Amino acid sequence: MQEIRNYTMNFGPQHPAAHGVLRLVLELDGEVVQRADPHVGLLHRATEKLAESKPYNQSIGYMDRLDYVSMMCNEHGYVRAIEQLLGIEAPIRAQYIRTMFDEITRVLNHLMWIGSNALDLGAMTVFLYAFREREELMDCYEAVSGARMHATYYRPGGVYRDLPDRMPQYREHPWRKGSELKRLNAWREGSMLDFLDAFCVDFPRRIDEYETLLTDNRIWKQRTVGIGVISPEQAMAWGMSGPMLRGSGIAWDLRKKQPYACYDKVDFDIPLGTNGDCYDRYLVRVEEMRQSNQIIRQCVKWLRENPGPVMLRNFKVAPPSRAEMKDDMEALIHHFKLFTEGYSVPAGETYAAVEAPKGEFGVYLVSDGANKPFRVKVKAPGFSHLAALDDIVRGHMLPDVVAVIGTLDLVFGEIDR
Amino acid sequence: MTEPTLRLSERLNARFGDRLAAVRDAFGQTTIEVVPDNLHEVARALRDERELRFEVLTDLCAVDYLGFGEDEWETSDVSDEGFSRGVEGPGSPGRFDWASRPVRTVDKRFAVVVHLLSIANNQRLRIKVFCADSSLPQVPSLVDVWPAANWYEREAFDLYGVLFEGHPDLRRILTDYGFVGHPFRKDFPLIGNVEVRFDPEQGRVIYEPVSIEPRVLVPRTIRDDSRYLQGQAEQAERQGK
Repeated sequence: MQEIRNYTMNFGPQHPAAHGVLRLVLELDGEVVQRADPHVGLLHRATEKLAESKPYNQSIGYMDRLDYVSMMCNEHGYVRAIEQLLGIEAPIRAQYIRTMFDEITRVLNHLMWIGSNALDLGAMTVFLYAFREREELMDCYEAVSGARMHATYYRPGGVYRDLPDRMPQYREHPWRKGSELKRLNAWREGSMLDFLDAFCVDFPRRIDEYETLLTDNRIWKQRTVGIGVISPEQAMAWGMSGPMLRGSGIAWDLRKKQPYACYDKVDFDIPLGTNGDCYDRYLVRVEEMRQSNQIIRQCVKWLRENPGPVMLRNFKVAPPSRAEMKDDMEALIHHFKLFTEGYSVPAGETYAAVEAPKGEFGVYLVSDGANKPFRVKVKAPGFSHLAALDDIVRGHMLPDVVAVIGTLDLVFGEIDR
Repeated sequence: MTEPTLRLSERLNARFGDRLAAVRDAFGQTTIEVVPDNLHEVARALRDERELRFEVLTDLCAVDYLGFGEDEWETSDVSDEGFSRGVEGPGSPGRFDWASRPVRTVDKRFAVVVHLLSIANNQRLRIKVFCADSSLPQVPSLVDVWPAANWYEREAFDLYGVLFEGHPDLRRILTDYGFVGHPFRKDFPLIGNVEVRFDPEQGRVIYEPVSIEPRVLVPRTIRDDSRYLQGQAEQAERQGK
């Protein structure tokens, strides 16, 4: 009898469904996966070591580049850790702005996820739809910080500056003129809050559009229902968090259980799955977008009614205003010391976590009293999720590996750090 | 949820007694210190016992305490010439030289830090394990208690060279295939030891000693002086108004 052997296949790091730079060594018996060995680290930039060599504030920008589709949530985790060690708290308006931008970030992330996951499984249109809305929210990032993605907007003691009074508008262009231009700029006549209001009214209808394409789609259900089933016990043992945990029916969300920023002041629900398969996690993430939309609306309403400072007036941590620097020697010195040396953080260690779109994003910070962190450890949600990949895909067919990679919502910026 | 009558640190003290080297509360977080020999027993109890139930391992990492609490710029004393200007190594003054930077040896250099989460009781806990031997740091593996520890331990081994006894598959994870050294150790230079380029003469990629000089733009300073106290006082006054 002829001997039949398993064969080994290399998946990635240049595979379009590998979500960046995942190299997956698969051992296959026919089309059934016997073992999956992910090789990570191709995007390793030693962010944590770099942070040890710089004053605290200079590393905020690195946090954006970890999970580069949920930028501000990463900043939030890092900034919260510094604030805990310093014993300071941002003003209430800054907290609301952070809550709002965390949710904008969650929508951005889930749009990216729904688009790329659908694309992996053969549905092209969702990707284009999702990027249409992503573009609008990216404009909010740009309006508030000047950068579309890597914002560096959150600072210890608040946020960099208050929300802008006007939104950038589309200019006339051979492909964008007349009534089309008017339609594009319709929301952009007023302030950023006006723009977000208009967006929030419109967005549920857009989510319905994605759902008409996927939720009852026969092919989509064939590819996701019953695929990558994770039991609640397994989810906890593998250290999962976020939608991966909630998809398996565990009601755990840091925004509810250990509230930070203003999450205890806004009203929202936590969607849960029942079967723990890819389809349930899809439904959870879609519902999370709807809930995020609710939170954004509530924050916009509050921010409209309550103007105030967005940064602590503590010049040891936050810089003084330009105007003050012009005629106050003390302010000038503060500014100089802050930007050349930074601030010293009292010795101690802390762990601050936020509910990032992908799960729990935590920062473990050790300070020895210097102006640079002694040790920064970033707990990235995707790292634990990918570690469980071998157990999840064992026994599945090769095309299901793509569905599982998609449902894990992997971004290698945070896994490799 | 009913509030537990005793704080977590007190309950842990009562439960484990002298098997914990230390128990601390700071920033509303509880830290316990365990010696490597007791780690397994304590970990199993933390996971399984009803009133503890830490079923999730959120994070595991190593810390290198070499040079903890050292600065590169004396800020407390003033000499005849004024304040010093950063570390004056053999290079140009003020320019920091990596090889001759001040590093005191510490007694216990490596620690492994584990973060646990109890979903049932909504509680967090940090376990700290100091490795006894700094030249060959060893800690028992937690993979059999929490499978999630697998990759975290591989990472700690890769970056710090901490060996986890009993780990089923202790390979490097983040660094390149064939990488030499443990890059997150404090005595590993930030810019690394080797650089890679394509050599057209040999027609292949070659590794060479790194050619960039390490330098530090902002020296490490530790300030614990009156200006911070004054700042705090000013802030307290402002908030009082």
